[in-house]
Amino acid sequence: MNTETKTHPELSEIFNKDEQRVNWHDETLWWIRQKRDKSAHSIPEWEMLREKASQIKNNALSNLADYLVSFEEKALANGIIVHWAADAAEHNRIVHGILEKHGIRQMVKSKSMLTEECHLNEYLEKQGLEVIDSDLGERIVQLAKEPPSHIVLPCIHKKKEEIGDLFHEHLGVPAGTSDPQILTEAARQHLRETFLTRKAALTGVNFAIAETGEFVVCTNEGNADMGAHLADVHIACMGIEKIIPKRKHLGVFLRLLARSATGQPITTYSSHFKKPRAGQEMHIVLVDNGRTIQMGREDFRASLKCIRCGACMNTCPVYRRSGGHSYNYAISGPIGAILAPNLDREKYADLPFASTLCGSCSNVCPVKIDIHQQLYKWRQVIVQEGYATSSKKMSMKLMNYTLSSPGIYRTAGKAGRWVLKHIPFAVNNQFNPWYKQREMPEAPKESFGEWYKKNVK
Amino acid sequence: MSRDQILAALRQNQPEPVPLPASIPLERIEALELQAKFKTMAEGIGSIVHLVDEFAAILPLIEARFSKEKRVLSTVKELVSAAIPAFELHADPHSYADVDVAIFKSGLGVAENSALWLTEEQMGIRVLPFITQHIVMVIPLAALVPDMHTAYQKIGEADYEFGTFIAGPSKTADIEQSLVLGAHGPRSMTIFVYA
Repeated sequence: MNTETKTHPELSEIFNKDEQRVNWHDETLWWIRQKRDKSAHSIPEWEMLREKASQIKNNALSNLADYLVSFEEKALANGIIVHWAADAAEHNRIVHGILEKHGIRQMVKSKSMLTEECHLNEYLEKQGLEVIDSDLGERIVQLAKEPPSHIVLPCIHKKKEEIGDLFHEHLGVPAGTSDPQILTEAARQHLRETFLTRKAALTGVNFAIAETGEFVVCTNEGNADMGAHLADVHIACMGIEKIIPKRKHLGVFLRLLARSATGQPITTYSSHFKKPRAGQEMHIVLVDNGRTIQMGREDFRASLKCIRCGACMNTCPVYRRSGGHSYNYAISGPIGAILAPNLDREKYADLPFASTLCGSCSNVCPVKIDIHQQLYKWRQVIVQEGYATSSKKMSMKLMNYTLSSPGIYRTAGKAGRWVLKHIPFAVNNQFNPWYKQREMPEAPKESFGEWYKKNVK
Repeated sequence: MSRDQILAALRQNQPEPVPLPASIPLERIEALELQAKFKTMAEGIGSIVHLVDEFAAILPLIEARFSKEKRVLSTVKELVSAAIPAFELHADPHSYADVDVAIFKSGLGVAENSALWLTEEQMGIRVLPFITQHIVMVIPLAALVPDMHTAYQKIGEADYEFGTFIAGPSKTADIEQSLVLGAHGPRSMTIFVYA
């Protein structure tokens, strides 16, 4: 699917062609949001935990350079090889270099949104290397030649029948299989063979501890551990903002992460990698790729606090109805829409507008990022810098003109009500973007202003 | 050098230092209440929990439950029998690919989420708790703590090489949010809490 040149509204329109699927997608994500609520409400001190997490992340960001130096020093002392990458290209070259040094052509990889951000798989494939994603959801989208549509639930947009077809084609399950139990078992057998034969494993990093030089990787499937503990070479890739000061802070973050993500009390595995196992080589790649620039933008700095739980996506009324692929960026949803413009304001100019600014994202965020405020601020930057589309600029101007004059505002309101009442076909048509997947409202008899004048004494 | 560039950019762009918040006060909960909470949470995420009065009751229960399994290993020297050989270390982790059941002893369990802490020493070899088809864990009642804050207080500055919290069998819900136990790791987790 080539989505490179399409905007969020265009891609959402494609997703919205199948109304039943949109409803299903919407309801599935809302169900996960409800599980999150139930889990959060079972902890009386939940709000206090969010506040602590936010403060710890603020501290971490404000001392990030020192914490990174401390982390590096401890990691080196623990026998881990540390690399620094200024951007995606350097990150990819470093990973390739490590594999080349060992003459390794095939690698197994667990979930890492950073490697999605850097397009590592495509890069390595171009060099003739094979990468197999081992998270079940990621393996499914990899077989479908699609990017993940959600950072925690990569194939949330796919129906089990479609997954059955993919597994029939690639893994040889009987045609027409759609039982999740049988499909998961088929993937287990296929990936076990992969784990047992790969000499290199790449994992992401959820938290890296400045005080000890260890890093923590959380999974439910056990795929990060299966890969890392069987391979001769373990490469862990992380954005520099994953640093937290002390080991004890994991107590706060591990309580928040899974509950916010899926409503689980904790992920099945929270693995603390401190030293390579005997005979193994362990690498960490610390990646900037625009993070130091975001650090310098006061209005958007807080986006670096993100722990990638996905709660903001599950709750977002736009994400739920437009699907993760409509964002055209490795990280979709509200948080993706504030991270992406940092890398390319022109390419991602439409993303901060993919929001109703309802604020639900900020309310569920476990580290209290002011997500909807940042979306609003990006809009201003994007319009000021001239990246808004001409139709958006035109409607903004018209809106400004109408709202700055009470007379014109009243007339426009009257005209609108008259049109809705007398010639509804003038707005109930395909030329009106508001009419898509929506009925226009019935016109009220009078405006609030008119009603107020009559009724106030 | 990217390292120096990144650090210089951060020093220029990062905000004024903000202090760390005060530590969270630690909860104290009575042992039986902890045990009840632990059991509820563990069963809620698919573990099988046995509360036994004495350690000696555990071995016969394991033998009965896994009598049909071919390769059973115990890293706990008190839980070794004719049917359950002791773990022996082989440097190649692949040699454990056919293990059906592996038995471990944890010294730290968390009531709020039923996670059990294991370090590399207790695992025998890192891959074992993940590659085994079924995992069995034993833990003394006195080793249960209320939450993750207390858990990390207990771990303190321990110098493990690798450690992990394990909460239940490996699982996935990636296919239409249907929960399936046994993703890549163990298909079942059996826990014995002994007084």
